[in-house]
Amino acid sequence: MATMPILPNMPALDLIKSFKLKTKQQELLIRVSILCLVYILAFITRLFSVLRYESMIHEFDPYFNYRTTLYLTQNGFYDFWNWFDYESWYPLGRIVGGTLYPGLMVTAALIYRILHFLRFAVHIREVCVLTAPFFASNTTLVAYFFGKEIWDTGAGLVAAILIAICPGYISRSVAGSYDNEGVAIFALLFTFYLFVKAVNTGSLAWSLASAFGYFYMVSAWGGYVFIINLIPLYVLVLLITGRYSMRLYVAYNCMYVLGMLLAMQIRFVGFQHVQSGEHMAAMGVFFLLQVFYFLDWVKHMLSDTKLFQAFLRITVTCAVAVGAIALGLGMLSGYISPWTGRFYSLLDPTYAKDHIPIIASVSEHQPTAWSSFMFDFHILLFLFPAGLYFCFKRLSDATIFIVMYGLTSMYFAGVMVRLILVATPAVCLVSAIAVSATVKNLTVLLRSKNKGVQTGSTKGSSSSKASSKALLDQSQPFQKNGAIALLFGAFYLLSKYATHCTWVTSEAYSSPSIVLAARGAHGSRVIFDDYREAYFWLRQNTPPDAKVMSWWDYGYQITAMGNRTVIVDNNTWNNTHIATVGRAMSSYEDEAIEIMRSLDVDYVLVVFGGVTGYSSDDINKFLWMVRIGGGVFPVIKEPDYLVNGEYRVDKGAAPKMLNCLMYKLCYYRFGEMLTEYGKPPGYDRARGVEIGNKDIKLEHLEEAFTTSNWIVRIYKVKPPNNRW
Amino acid sequence: MGRASSKEDAGALFHSLRSAYAATPLNLKIIDLYVGFAIFTALIQVVYMAIVGSFPFNSFLSGVLSCVGTAVLAVCLRIQVNKENKEFKDLSPERAFADFVLCNLVLHLVIMNFLG
Repeated sequence: MATMPILPNMPALDLIKSFKLKTKQQELLIRVSILCLVYILAFITRLFSVLRYESMIHEFDPYFNYRTTLYLTQNGFYDFWNWFDYESWYPLGRIVGGTLYPGLMVTAALIYRILHFLRFAVHIREVCVLTAPFFASNTTLVAYFFGKEIWDTGAGLVAAILIAICPGYISRSVAGSYDNEGVAIFALLFTFYLFVKAVNTGSLAWSLASAFGYFYMVSAWGGYVFIINLIPLYVLVLLITGRYSMRLYVAYNCMYVLGMLLAMQIRFVGFQHVQSGEHMAAMGVFFLLQVFYFLDWVKHMLSDTKLFQAFLRITVTCAVAVGAIALGLGMLSGYISPWTGRFYSLLDPTYAKDHIPIIASVSEHQPTAWSSFMFDFHILLFLFPAGLYFCFKRLSDATIFIVMYGLTSMYFAGVMVRLILVATPAVCLVSAIAVSATVKNLTVLLRSKNKGVQTGSTKGSSSSKASSKALLDQSQPFQKNGAIALLFGAFYLLSKYATHCTWVTSEAYSSPSIVLAARGAHGSRVIFDDYREAYFWLRQNTPPDAKVMSWWDYGYQITAMGNRTVIVDNNTWNNTHIATVGRAMSSYEDEAIEIMRSLDVDYVLVVFGGVTGYSSDDINKFLWMVRIGGGVFPVIKEPDYLVNGEYRVDKGAAPKMLNCLMYKLCYYRFGEMLTEYGKPPGYDRARGVEIGNKDIKLEHLEEAFTTSNWIVRIYKVKPPNNRW
Repeated sequence: MGRASSKEDAGALFHSLRSAYAATPLNLKIIDLYVGFAIFTALIQVVYMAIVGSFPFNSFLSGVLSCVGTAVLAVCLRIQVNKENKEFKDLSPERAFADFVLCNLVLHLVIMNFLG
């Protein structure tokens, strides 16, 4: 409320003074401006790769998402929802409409349509590239409101700032990383916030909102299983600790029933909410809640406790018996399917290595090392336990939730590197509580002397405590100095965190993976754009119905950029098909050509890093091809390719290794190549050895294209010889 | 506890429950009647499914879940409207009913989409 000066010729200082806002408005202005800056910061810090390279989609999976989004914008939702893709997994095809999570694509298409409606004629690729940073900014806002709900506005602000630059989140939401997680983490935090709000207020409207949030999460990512198990666990903990209330009943029931129904609208999820073992916890807690509250109601109605005890005994035995019988029947008859391998390997980390080599081979599924934790969390790693302490000091429904979320997500983050992403919001929120509470206590100490004199202040309760404290603290004159020192220490730590996060983002998480960069001899930057070169060669120089066989890593990129049919791609839904390709790559050329002819393969694509020293090439991945192929076809035995348990490609390598298809295709004509000064020809820079078999002759394939740095090599399958 | 006394206990239980329930206000009794009707409808559907088989499973699920859903929402309404609940003291019954109607609307829209 500013009182406008009546006389126009007032001096400038008085003019400014007359606009002085009340303290509450000052606080609001500060908060809003901080949130605006954080919003912009979260967006900007993810733009490194766009500035350094160009606006393109990174990695492998985002290419599939991009292709489906393109299809959606071109053909409309009905065709997208019922799309059968015959260009991948030849000859099986893939029911795309029923095997993807549409949330990301629909979101990007919606943003695209809104922008076009406002007459911004952007290409869908630009929208796709920038979707993840946009949703990261939205996540910071949700983190602010969540922090406000759990603790207070100070914690909310700190949470927003921490999550804006936390590397654990940036790793999967950088510009160009057009993947489900970019949207899913926003949906996750949003759902949790709405649910906690519903439990705090007991309002049906908030529960409905959380059901919609859950629906958005289910449409966005397979990790929704985490929500549908954490929330029942939370309800169970509240019931056990005696914090149950009517609000909990309203919140959970409305969210569960409506959320379950909405989730079943996604074809990929289908009936899993009633048939899969992973979702049974939610249903069990649902029925438990009904029984529990029914008993509570009866207890309230009956005045005689002895009668109630009898009733209690009867009901509990009946309920437990019915529940156990139903669950047992369901599991025994196989109606309720057991936990799938993907999630079972989270509970038993050794399971995938023994039973499902495809899951074990993904680098993101490996257990997390301490260095990864430090890299991704920095100071949050020790602020997290401090925050837990504060949460336990002031237990409420909301803080119990964030404690549970933090502990369970940290456990899973320890099992699988990829899940650090899910733990990041919890860690940021809990650390924010620690930071905010500590800084608040310190500043209260600092202002305690002044507060004893003044009476007016905004934080009324803290000032009265402070004034009483001020009387006690007269005997310790160094407390103020100590507080100042600690505050400086806190600010130093936080600035170090900001520096670390920016450095990590710039160095580690902003590489597009499809374009490689290195330092040349004079320190200049050398760009290797071989992947795109090869895909565009495929697009322009092969017949439109050509089928390309490669390892499954490159499938999505080949279909999206090369526009050709592939045999296997990153969806990895059919292990036998992948094993067939693995077998073909690991066999001698004569056996492999049989397999390739049976699959109608026209071109074979391999990735080779021997000339550039690129280490993620197919020769380094070859043992996984052998393992996966050998898992289905016992004729492929891993020891055949190893020498004394060692994997070698030089003269001492196993004979099967030196003559298998993958070796031949990668090293064809490489024996004449001089790669490094002072080394013999045929020196493999990625393995650091001179190759063993330099005189390679191909009988059934011919070289079609090799990119300028030899990174991608394409071979054409020759038609069968004429009989004569 | 002997047989006769447990029978007496059951009888006493029944009577005291009945008398306690008779004291609830009329609007809550109407909601309870609605909940009972919804559960009864759900049970009939389950029995029908047991006889006929569950072939269009989505139709069966949507039918049962609409009954269960509306029953659960009615119980939530009853909780919010009940004067004895101190937590919902400052929630007006009109607001509670409006939330109830909104949630039911969403529930039935989703059911109609899911019914096939």
